[in-house]
Amino acid sequence: MTSADDLPRPDAQLHFGVFFQGVNHWTIWSEPESGSQVDFASFRRMVATAERGLFDAFFLGEGLRLRESGGKVHELDVAGRPDAVTQLAALAGLTSRIGLVATQNTTYNEPADLARRLAGLDVLSEGRAGWNVVTTDNAWTGENFRRGGYLDHADRYVRAEQFLQVARAMWDSWADDWAGSADGPAWARPGAVAPVRVTSSQFDVDITPTLPRSPQGHPVIFQAGDSSDGRDFAARNAEVIFSAHGSDFDDALAFATDVRHRVVAAGRPADDLKILPGTEIIIGDTETEAEEKARWIRLRQVTPATALAIAGQVWGLDLTGRDADGPLPAEDPVVVEPTGTMGSRRWTDPRQIVQRWRDVAEAEKLTLRETVIRLGPQRGHVGTPSGLADRFAHFVRAGAVDGFNVSPYFTPDGLDDIVDRLVPELQDRGVYRTAYTGTTLREHLGLRDPITRRAPR
Amino acid sequence: MPPPLHLAIELDGDGAHPAAWRRSRHAPADALGPARLRQVARHAENAGFTLATFDDALLPPAGVAGRVGAVERAAYVAPLTSVIGLVPVVGTTYTEPFHVASQLASLDFASLGRAGWVVATTGAAAAAALGRPVVEGDALAREARDAVRVNRDLWDSWEDDAAIRDVLTGRYLDHTKLHYVDFVGETYTVKGPAIVPRPPQGQLVVFAPAGLVPADQVDVELVAGPDVAAVASGGSGAGLRFAEVEVALDTAAGDALDRVGDLDAHTPWPHTGRLRYAGPAAGLVALLTELARVVDGVRLHPLVLDEELPELSARVLPALFEARVAGRPPVGSTLRSTFGLTRPENRFTAEEQPA
Repeated sequence: MTSADDLPRPDAQLHFGVFFQGVNHWTIWSEPESGSQVDFASFRRMVATAERGLFDAFFLGEGLRLRESGGKVHELDVAGRPDAVTQLAALAGLTSRIGLVATQNTTYNEPADLARRLAGLDVLSEGRAGWNVVTTDNAWTGENFRRGGYLDHADRYVRAEQFLQVARAMWDSWADDWAGSADGPAWARPGAVAPVRVTSSQFDVDITPTLPRSPQGHPVIFQAGDSSDGRDFAARNAEVIFSAHGSDFDDALAFATDVRHRVVAAGRPADDLKILPGTEIIIGDTETEAEEKARWIRLRQVTPATALAIAGQVWGLDLTGRDADGPLPAEDPVVVEPTGTMGSRRWTDPRQIVQRWRDVAEAEKLTLRETVIRLGPQRGHVGTPSGLADRFAHFVRAGAVDGFNVSPYFTPDGLDDIVDRLVPELQDRGVYRTAYTGTTLREHLGLRDPITRRAPR
Repeated sequence: MPPPLHLAIELDGDGAHPAAWRRSRHAPADALGPARLRQVARHAENAGFTLATFDDALLPPAGVAGRVGAVERAAYVAPLTSVIGLVPVVGTTYTEPFHVASQLASLDFASLGRAGWVVATTGAAAAAALGRPVVEGDALAREARDAVRVNRDLWDSWEDDAAIRDVLTGRYLDHTKLHYVDFVGETYTVKGPAIVPRPPQGQLVVFAPAGLVPADQVDVELVAGPDVAAVASGGSGAGLRFAEVEVALDTAAGDALDRVGDLDAHTPWPHTGRLRYAGPAAGLVALLTELARVVDGVRLHPLVLDEELPELSARVLPALFEARVAGRPPVGSTLRSTFGLTRPENRFTAEEQPA
């Protein structure tokens, strides 16, 4: 392996977040180690482990409608999770350093309300809040909300960007020296709180916000765009980008390079946006043991029913009752237009996919379920603590990532071996903090203070 | 013997008086942070209150420019307390009922079944903050009614045993135990099901000002009246009735009326139509004992939290407990169980049962 000094960033530090997604088949629910997905105790345990492991952030996902398949609520995966801001406010009092990041949607929220909730979390956590900005144009999701599906696809980032503009104005509305005194004229110094008035294509708001800035100024903005528009949105607006490009080194480096170019093109320093792909980390005592463990995990993530459901989507057929541990379906796929009701998966021409599946299954003598696993998304990193630490040190020093958002395959104990076994190896290599040096999420990530329209703090 | 009086306290800001901050022990700069919130919630719990409410609105309150959202405050103190009920005010006029239902159900999970909801309407000024048409008049009650209905439907949209974890068939959920609520109101619809499973209490305890929401949708009516007789005849009596009582007490720092006068010199204490008591602790004990004969509970609105709460804790609640006029919430109770409310049957399974 290349020595650290030969790499572009020999002193770079790795940042870990934990991403509790809570709705997919990567969380194993069938084993004795599988705890509750919703009990508060699970979250309390997970955030405590992450903070013990000196993670930057604890990060909750959100989706505003339960996923469906075949017109019914999708049954095979974990689902049902707490509201992110509420849950993180509850966890704020049990933690003292770790960042608390809420996924929240800009299409089905209003800035006057959501920016206030996030500011409240930021104040109560004393500067540890983050917001993972997500958008949707999905009318199916809109069926749960007053406005229904009102937003055109092309406008979802327009609205998100204008939403952020209003949110930032609200977070800047209080002067840092706002506080009055008991014998003074008022609770807040006269003139210290400025109303926010914004009129744009999506918003027409006139509000006097109720909250000052926290010790970190603004909540940290996370974003997970992967399309060209999404990457540009992140390059203009986000402080952390969350992606699926964290498994293969070349893919990660290509993504990072592309994103940094976009950040510079947006007029920001290249390191203004931290790159923390999502990943799964599977640890064994030996490489062989780790590989065996990974296979055990994959077979519990991709159950026979899940394999048939995934293949069923590709084929456009209901494969329920088929043998997942047998050959691929002999039929040709049914080419249908997307129904738009699956909630998360995107449609691709099934004939191409099926041909690739047949080629791989035949060449490698795989069953249907093995083929689903083999061709599923690359899910991250498998190895020994020292091998993974070497690999991650290389990733971060080469500039392919700034860290990872780890998705545990077990709730709530899925971080234990990462914290107990991998973190010490990373610390030995000098790529991971040995204590928190700051108190805010912004400080943990090494981010600058937000640029505000008010005087610097 | 009537059941003991339930004791609620409003913990918003520095107290009920718009100038209460001037007599608080902390500076305005420390009013909004977690240390103050933690301290006041634990003080109320230790004093023996059954529940705390947290007032809220989108726009700043009178007298004080700052406020953290009530759901976030209640959630913050949930794991830092153990028996006190936590009941945020959440508006219904402009909020999204789907979000509100998620937030309140999550508060119930975080507090292990100690959550409630004070249903509120929102003034017209909030419309401009949201860029929405003003909702006023009869429409306020319509929005409140619909929001309560949607919340209750969503809290029941997961049956308690919807997560079946059936390894043999590979199913985590049983979709027949999840229900589309298909709410259709005059101004919006909500599909469902909820994205949060059924909360620990099944249904949170719903509080509302008497008359705002149909009585059969409310667990606790909040009754405002200028005297005991007015309170006694207020509300429908369909559920529990709580009297709203504003309280100023004689303390070592000054007599109640002097302290009120001191604050009124800065900003007058607006008349809200609520019963208002100013005087020694013993007089409040007598008033609450009298109220215990006509209502199920009281919600106290202390003049200045930092001054009234120690007095309530030292002289008022102990006297009520000793006389068995009121009781502390039992360890391990949910808010519903403290009120003697059963864990309700799920409305969707009730509908499925054969006639």
